[in-house]
Amino acid sequence: MRHLLSTSDLTRDEALLILDTAAELGRVTDRAVKKLPTLRGRTVVNLFFEDSTRTRISFEAAAKRLSADVITFSAKGSSVSKGESLKDTALTLEAMGADAVVVRHHASGAPYRLAHSGWVGCSVVNAGDGTHEHPTQALLDAFTLREHLRELEGRRVVIVGDVLHSRVARSNVALLSTLGAQVTLVAPPTLLPVGVDTWPCAVSYDLDAALEGADAVMMLRVQNERMNAAYFPSTHEYSRRYGLDTRRAALLADGAIVLHPGPMNRGMEISADVADGPRSVIVEQVTNGVSVRMAVLYLVLGARAEDSAGEASAAEAVSA
Amino acid sequence: MRVLLRSARPYGEEPVDVALENGVIAAMAAPGTLPAGDLDVDATGLVLLPGLVDLHTHLREPGREDAETIETGTRAAALGGFTAVHAMANTQPVADTAGVVEMVWRRGVEAGHCDVHPVGAVTVGLAGEHLAELGAMADSAARVRVFSDDGICVSDPVIMRRALEYVKAFDGVIAQHAQEPRLTQGAQMNEGALSGVLGLAGWPAVAEEAIIARDVLLAAHVGSRVHICHLSTAGSVDIVRYAKSRGIDVTAEVTPHHLILTEDLAGTYDPVYKVNPPLRTETDVMAVREGLADGTIDAVATDHAPHAHEDKDCEWAAGAFGMLGLETALSVVVDTMVSHGRLDWRGVADRMSERPARIGRLADQGRPIAVGEPASLVLVDPGASWTVDPGRLASRSRNTPFAGRALPARVVATFLRGRPTVLDGVIA
Amino acid sequence: MTSSSAAEPTGPPGSRGLGARVLDAPDISRVVGRISHEILERTRGSADVVLLGIQTRGVPLARRIAARMAEIEGASVPVGSLDITMYRDDIRLRGPRPLEPTELPDEGLDDRIVVLVDDVLYSGRTVRAALDAISDIGRPRTVQLAVLVDRGHRELPIRADYVGKNIPTSSAQSIRVHLVETDGLDEVLLTGGAS
Repeated sequence: MRHLLSTSDLTRDEALLILDTAAELGRVTDRAVKKLPTLRGRTVVNLFFEDSTRTRISFEAAAKRLSADVITFSAKGSSVSKGESLKDTALTLEAMGADAVVVRHHASGAPYRLAHSGWVGCSVVNAGDGTHEHPTQALLDAFTLREHLRELEGRRVVIVGDVLHSRVARSNVALLSTLGAQVTLVAPPTLLPVGVDTWPCAVSYDLDAALEGADAVMMLRVQNERMNAAYFPSTHEYSRRYGLDTRRAALLADGAIVLHPGPMNRGMEISADVADGPRSVIVEQVTNGVSVRMAVLYLVLGARAEDSAGEASAAEAVSA
Repeated sequence: MRVLLRSARPYGEEPVDVALENGVIAAMAAPGTLPAGDLDVDATGLVLLPGLVDLHTHLREPGREDAETIETGTRAAALGGFTAVHAMANTQPVADTAGVVEMVWRRGVEAGHCDVHPVGAVTVGLAGEHLAELGAMADSAARVRVFSDDGICVSDPVIMRRALEYVKAFDGVIAQHAQEPRLTQGAQMNEGALSGVLGLAGWPAVAEEAIIARDVLLAAHVGSRVHICHLSTAGSVDIVRYAKSRGIDVTAEVTPHHLILTEDLAGTYDPVYKVNPPLRTETDVMAVREGLADGTIDAVATDHAPHAHEDKDCEWAAGAFGMLGLETALSVVVDTMVSHGRLDWRGVADRMSERPARIGRLADQGRPIAVGEPASLVLVDPGASWTVDPGRLASRSRNTPFAGRALPARVVATFLRGRPTVLDGVIA
Repeated sequence: MTSSSAAEPTGPPGSRGLGARVLDAPDISRVVGRISHEILERTRGSADVVLLGIQTRGVPLARRIAARMAEIEGASVPVGSLDITMYRDDIRLRGPRPLEPTELPDEGLDDRIVVLVDDVLYSGRTVRAALDAISDIGRPRTVQLAVLVDRGHRELPIRADYVGKNIPTSSAQSIRVHLVETDGLDEVLLTGGAS
């Protein structure tokens, strides 16, 4: 795994390796010394063309816990906001000796382009690209689901909301289906992409029916700009038909959990009492995000070494 | 200068010697029977076609001379076998006045590699609000007959109706870029299962088809003719076929890239494959080939759209729409149409020279290969194969989607009214 | 993303040629017994001792030693496992590998006599990594080292307190340890090179 661009690139074994690694790394959080020396001397650059404090901080914490040097470029206050191109920014980072670039970009495919254009030689981790994917979010969601449900095989996960514009939904559908879960998307038809019938999941317009006996429900944020673009008649109607409230949460299976990638519109897609209720794992998701991103950085940077070193040291191959 | 083409095969048929003199075909006779000329070209095995005519070329001058100039663009055209191109109006400034179209036309004459026929903008500044001075452009030295806001659809039905009516006065034609703007806001690629997966905003087929349907009905209603630019979907072929069956005066073009490439290439997120209208599905590709074969689609037009390196060497969303086409068009048509038996060489002459010339009302282009006719001709080696090297194209830009691809057939020589513009595959 | 399993001294017996068997199952059992006795002797009855097996094969060895110590002395010695992957200095060279659990006994490590247990002592880099890992986890009173095989070629100033068997090797050779718990049988093989 040289790069992490899309969850659809991950095999089941690769996905499980990331999740298992994250589980071990998560235990570091419980120790007095919350730091590992693994990536000492490596440079991880967070390149955020789009504002996302949560994801940026999570990646920063992950890299620092692995002792990497972290450089952060954010849209505000750098040349990124002055119209410097993705390519020129990438070349700058390469010149600074970045070993990995964590990129958040408003254009779908920008991380893919960065990884395949030949502009840079470092590893690329997609931290959310346009309306395409957000693989580490899906991995932390899967991680959280595993913590609560143990096995994902055969589990029923319902994802509700603006699937059309959601990179979280795309990454989750691919990853959760790879891990054997049965995913159902629920949204008004206007917020489902053309061709969603070809995705490895079921689709429903009826939230109550989908929630009945489900093991988990993930509520997607409804962006403000969608509310004014005729995707649905009113926030009130959306909330009534597709919002998660206490009555609906009660339809879930025993032990089922409620996820939200944040930030939430309380009262819109999720009611406050459900967001703060016993089934909600929304705060855990944030904690797990750091562990998952540590695992990703470790595996991606290690794989990079593996590519270049090959049969580095046969003698050292024997346990020392 | 007298030029003798030895043993050329007009339309791929029986070999003859063809003498060119004073701008016309002076004589045609059995091989070995005509006296040598000032220039003898051994055309044994080569196919002789009327010089190709492109209805849809972006030469970028004035305004974006960093991407293409009339000089470089027409060199590319000649190398691609073209003897006439229609230069689209979306320059900076826009070709919406007699002054700009005359300037483009003159530069074309000065360059001398092929005829340059400026396309006039339909509306002032391509803004879709007020008709440009279509009559002044028609009456100018450039004698404009094709009008288009290409790049932007004339979406206002009233403006479109007026334009269709107005150009009847000088036998003009409106070439419509069929794209319903509201259905394609922010569109990045063909809308379908793949756009959903890639997270790229979709450009649905219906946005093209709805405009074509509207415009053929408008053309019928006002008794004018309409030309459809770069038709790209199976549904569009059906609509044009239906309109023609009803006797509506509609013509249509397809680009080489829509004959051969599919939307899958968007999966690379490499903007070299980003074009408007977008690459479509395999079903659409087969339908446009079929439409071109049966004559529903009248012409192959390149939509040659040069872009500066930095406008393509970026992320997909930031990339400019468009790809080069002049130097690869004939090869792509041979690959997709001739090699598969969908068109013979007479068919190629019809779709790439004769019909486009008629649509553009060019009197001395797209003429039969016969004594007394203008000697604007192209010699093609049908058996050659070549690999596209962007660095060796004559265009100032490099945004060909065919880099590294092997294509059949090669232009050996091009003649513009008896004068060689290309010989042995290089600018003469 | 593949683990560099080729770099591990694992694999079914015979997968890389049998090599010479330098210890068989009874040998290993005797060696484990001797180390157990030595630990008891040196730590005066094992009070405060924690056995910490280094993943992967140090862990079953630590369990075996704990069991023997219990048989001999009747004392229950806490056993933990330590994965040192994240402390290795050769990730650049070797690439990532799946992590094994690090599990500490409830007693923790603070003020304990920690005996690190591993199968082979070679360059000393694994032990160096283990010492770093331990210092991030707690503060033992002392740390000692027990190994099944010491094959020499140290690259760091590290020595073992308890050695099952010293086996002189050339650096072209490999020592491969197989244990019932991980490989289905007990044996130590010396393979490759001219011995």
